[in-house]
Amino acid sequence: MGAVRPRISLPRSFASSMHAFANPARFLRIARPLTPVLLLSGLAITAAALVYGLFFAPAERLQGETVRILFIHVPTAWLGMGGWTAIAIASLVELVWRHPLAALAARGAAVPGAVFAAVCLATGSIWGRPAWGTWWVWDGRLTSMLVLLFLYIGYIALAGAVQREGGSSRIPAIFGLVGAVNIPIIHYSVIWWNSLHQPPSLGMGSSAMAAPFLWGLLAATLGFSLLFGGVVLARMRALLADIQAEARLRRKAQEV
Amino acid sequence: MSALLTILRRDLAQMFGGGRRGGAILPVLFFLAVAMLFPFAVGPDPVLLARAGGGVIWVAALLAAILPLDRLLAPDLEQGLFDQFALRGIAEEAVVAVRLLAHWLSFGPPLMIAAVPAAALLGIEGETLRLVELGLLAGTPGLAAIGLIIAALTVSLRGGAALGGLLLVPLAVPLLIFGAGALSTGGEAGLALTAAISLLLCAIAPFAGGAAIRAVREG
Repeated sequence: MGAVRPRISLPRSFASSMHAFANPARFLRIARPLTPVLLLSGLAITAAALVYGLFFAPAERLQGETVRILFIHVPTAWLGMGGWTAIAIASLVELVWRHPLAALAARGAAVPGAVFAAVCLATGSIWGRPAWGTWWVWDGRLTSMLVLLFLYIGYIALAGAVQREGGSSRIPAIFGLVGAVNIPIIHYSVIWWNSLHQPPSLGMGSSAMAAPFLWGLLAATLGFSLLFGGVVLARMRALLADIQAEARLRRKAQEV
Repeated sequence: MSALLTILRRDLAQMFGGGRRGGAILPVLFFLAVAMLFPFAVGPDPVLLARAGGGVIWVAALLAAILPLDRLLAPDLEQGLFDQFALRGIAEEAVVAVRLLAHWLSFGPPLMIAAVPAAALLGIEGETLRLVELGLLAGTPGLAAIGLIIAALTVSLRGGAALGGLLLVPLAVPLLIFGAGALSTGGEAGLALTAAISLLLCAIAPFAGGAAIRAVREG
C-alpha cells in the first residue's frame, strides 16, 4: 500500500558501463561512423547472399525454383520477431533504469521490425501461391505474423501520439512489455487454432536443411541483421536530432 | 482495506449510475446492435446464422469492449483523483485492481445477459448458448483487463479512442480464438484456456495500468 518502491541495485560495473552511453554526445560519436559501416556491409552481404540464392543455389526437388524466395522469407521472419525482442529489451531498460536512449532504441527498432514483418508476409503470400495454391491461408504461423504486424502498427501509432502530445516515454515502453508477454500466447494460440505451415526446419543445433541452402540462408540473415542495426542507429540519430532541434527552438523562443 | 471498499463502491456507483461515464448500458446496446447487423449482411438463412452465430457474439463482445475505454480513467485523471490517492499513500496498482473489478462487474455480467436475446436473434440455442455464456464468463475478465491497460496507456492522448481500438484488437486475439474455438470443438479445454489467459491478463493489468497512470501523473 505504501508508495515506497524498492530500488534495484546492480553490480557497479554493469550499471556504469550501460550509463556510459547515456550521454547522447558519446553515443553519437560512436553511432555516427558505425551507421554507414553497418548499412554498407549489410547491403553488400545481403546482395551477395541474394545473388547466390537466385543464381547459384540448386533448385529444390519438390518445390523447384520457387524455393529461392526462402533467402528473403526466412531472415525477414526471424528479424520480424527479433524486432519485438529488441523493443522488449529496450522497454525493460527504459522502465527499470530510466536509460535516456532506451526509449529511442525501442522506437528505432519498431519501424524496421514492422517492415520486416510486412516483407515476410508478402513473400510468404507469394510463396504460398505455387506451394499451397493460394495467396493467403489462415494458417497459424502466417496469422501469428499478421497479428504481430498489427502490434507493430499499434506500437508505432502509440509512440508517435505520445511524442506529439508530450507524454511520458514510459507509456510505449509499458505497451512494449505487455506485447512481449502476449506474443508467445498469440503465437501458440493461432498455431493450435489452425496450421498448414511446415514446422521450422532449423532448431538449436539441428538442421533439416541441405548445406547449400543453410549457408546462403545464414549469410542472408547476417546481412539483413546488419541492415537492421544500421537502420536502428540511423533512426535513433534522427530522433535525437528532432529532440535537439526542438530544445534549441525552445531556447531561442525564451531569448527573444 | 476499507479505503479500497469505499473506492469500489464509488466506482460501481459511477459506472452503473448512468452519470458522466455514460453508464454500463451503452456497450451492451452496441453489442446487440452488432448482433442485429450481422443477419442483414449475410442474409437470414437460419443454418448459416446458427453456424456462425457464436463467433459473431464473440466479435460483438470484443467490439463492445472498445467502447468504454476513453471514459474509463480519463475523467478521474482530469479531476486529479489519482493525485489524491497518491497523497494518501494508496498505490496506483491497488486503485487499478479495484477499477478492474468494477469495470468487469459493469461489463461482463450485462454482456452475458444481453447474449441471450442476441442468441435468439442469431438462432442459436441449447448447448451452443451454454458454451457461449460460459466462454463469456471466462473471457470477459480478460477483455476488461486488456481494456483497462489500454485505457491507462491512452489516457493522456487526445485521439485515444481510435488508437485504443487498434491496440486492443491484436492483444485480444487469443481470447477470441479459445473462447470462440470452444464452440467448434465443443470441449471444456477451450474454456479452460480462455480462463487461463484471462487470469494472466488480470494479473498483469494492475501493474501495467498502475505504471502507466504513474507515468502520466509524473509527466
